[in-house]
Amino acid sequence: MVKTLNEINEKIKKGQVVVVTKEELLDLIEKQGIEKTAKDVDIVTTATFGPMCSSGAYLNVGHTRPKIKLGGGKATLNGVPVYTGFAAVDVYLGATAMPDDDPRNAVHPGEFKYGGGHVIEELVEGKDVKLEATAYGTDCYPRKELKTWINLKDVNEAVLFNPRNAYQNYNVAVNLSDRTLYTYLGVLKPNLGNANYCSAGQLSPLLNDPFYKTIGVGTKIFLGGGIGYVAWHGTQHNPGGLRGENGVPKRPLGTLAVIGDLKQMSSKWLKGVSFVGYGTTLSVGIGIPIPILSEETLKYAAIKDADIYAAIVDYSDAYPNGKTDVMGEVNYAQLKSGEIDIKGKKVPTSGISSYSKALEIANILKSWIKKGDFTLTEPVAPLPSAESGYKLKPLNERPIK
Amino acid sequence: MTTSKRIVLKFPKEKIDQPIVYKLIKDYDLSFNILRANIMPDDEGLMVLELTGEDANIKKGLDYLKKQEVNVQPLEKDIVVNWDKCTQCGACVAQCPVGALYIKDRKTMKVEFDPEKCIACELCVLPCPPRAIEVKF
Repeated sequence: MVKTLNEINEKIKKGQVVVVTKEELLDLIEKQGIEKTAKDVDIVTTATFGPMCSSGAYLNVGHTRPKIKLGGGKATLNGVPVYTGFAAVDVYLGATAMPDDDPRNAVHPGEFKYGGGHVIEELVEGKDVKLEATAYGTDCYPRKELKTWINLKDVNEAVLFNPRNAYQNYNVAVNLSDRTLYTYLGVLKPNLGNANYCSAGQLSPLLNDPFYKTIGVGTKIFLGGGIGYVAWHGTQHNPGGLRGENGVPKRPLGTLAVIGDLKQMSSKWLKGVSFVGYGTTLSVGIGIPIPILSEETLKYAAIKDADIYAAIVDYSDAYPNGKTDVMGEVNYAQLKSGEIDIKGKKVPTSGISSYSKALEIANILKSWIKKGDFTLTEPVAPLPSAESGYKLKPLNERPIK
Repeated sequence: MTTSKRIVLKFPKEKIDQPIVYKLIKDYDLSFNILRANIMPDDEGLMVLELTGEDANIKKGLDYLKKQEVNVQPLEKDIVVNWDKCTQCGACVAQCPVGALYIKDRKTMKVEFDPEKCIACELCVLPCPPRAIEVKF
């Protein structure tokens, strides 16, 4: 049994498409088996909502009178420095940027109360944001200073463009040392005090398409509450890494670079967040529909939390020192139970990615597709595959003497 | 009947160098566990106690404190979860030493808060990425 994307899109337009969330899919498979479900179901919606640090937005704020060249100058939005290495009024606001006077970890662990992610959330909420800039002045762009309120609805382009999102699996962080650690996977209590994980598990988009057969460049997605697209493979994409049975990654492998119009997104799905002792970032909501083109597609999308394994990594020594040692593996059903066993010790677990918000996104995307508002796209180019030889490399230092 | 009650005490500036709470033991036959004790930036004194004893004695003890111009509030009111800000990630769950923040339904993975269990240790506040947990003393 093979369906085409065109057939499925026709069904969407006619209001006849059978679309379910990943959780509903699992119930169907349990009741009626893979073969019948593959025939019955056209699309399964997958999703994730969690902190994704390689995120940001570029804006064209519009020209002033007289004109100013922000490019090569300095600018801040609500005190947060933006990147001004583009043309006159194009700036890029990164999620982890912070005001120059933020104390960071001067007194460890720093609170990291406000940063680029928070500014993005405020822009999307419709709040006025302060743009302050200085420029070096040219004949064609003579102005040297600018202080103005701006608002998302008034700027020209405002594009969310995230170089790395939607990690295909991630580590489970623990702390073997005797002092508390403050990391991007949250606060790690000493002596295996807790284990933190960050993945939507069975709901996670790339885990449902482990070999990137349906998700590729140009795939249309739910991004931050609006429509977005997969723009490229994300940074650190590592398709050739360790996989288990059924191709399910056991380590962090694939990633996506995503893009979309910030003006049609929602602050419910783009949230500025703070990681004590680590930094600020943006939590991003992403939803990706997977067309069930064949029984094979369904077999990949049938994975459950119990089928997905992650590596337990010590963040006191192994991770910061780039050691590849892994303390063991554990699956997401075990992690979500609230407690796992590590070398005979019962260790409480905490998530950093929100499973319940991911489920909400999967339901929203399902409703868009059912309404006929959202048709699926065929990728225009594939992501680098597991057999491509594409590999994540470390930086081999060549010190400058 | 013996009960336990968790209370937040605020001592005005003028009173912070006077011994006050020892009388709860001496005169009112109560015992207490000090959960927190601080001098606040404005020189106010702050104490979080778990008072244990006979109901009637607890009432008398609290009246004594109020007569000493100590502001007394039940603890439950003071840690508040802003559910609009909460992103339901569960990062707080493993930080809470008493299980006041917990996930009841492991299918939905929704985070719940039981103010009765909370001891206002504040270990959840900074680990919460959206900073949805507010301390209102």
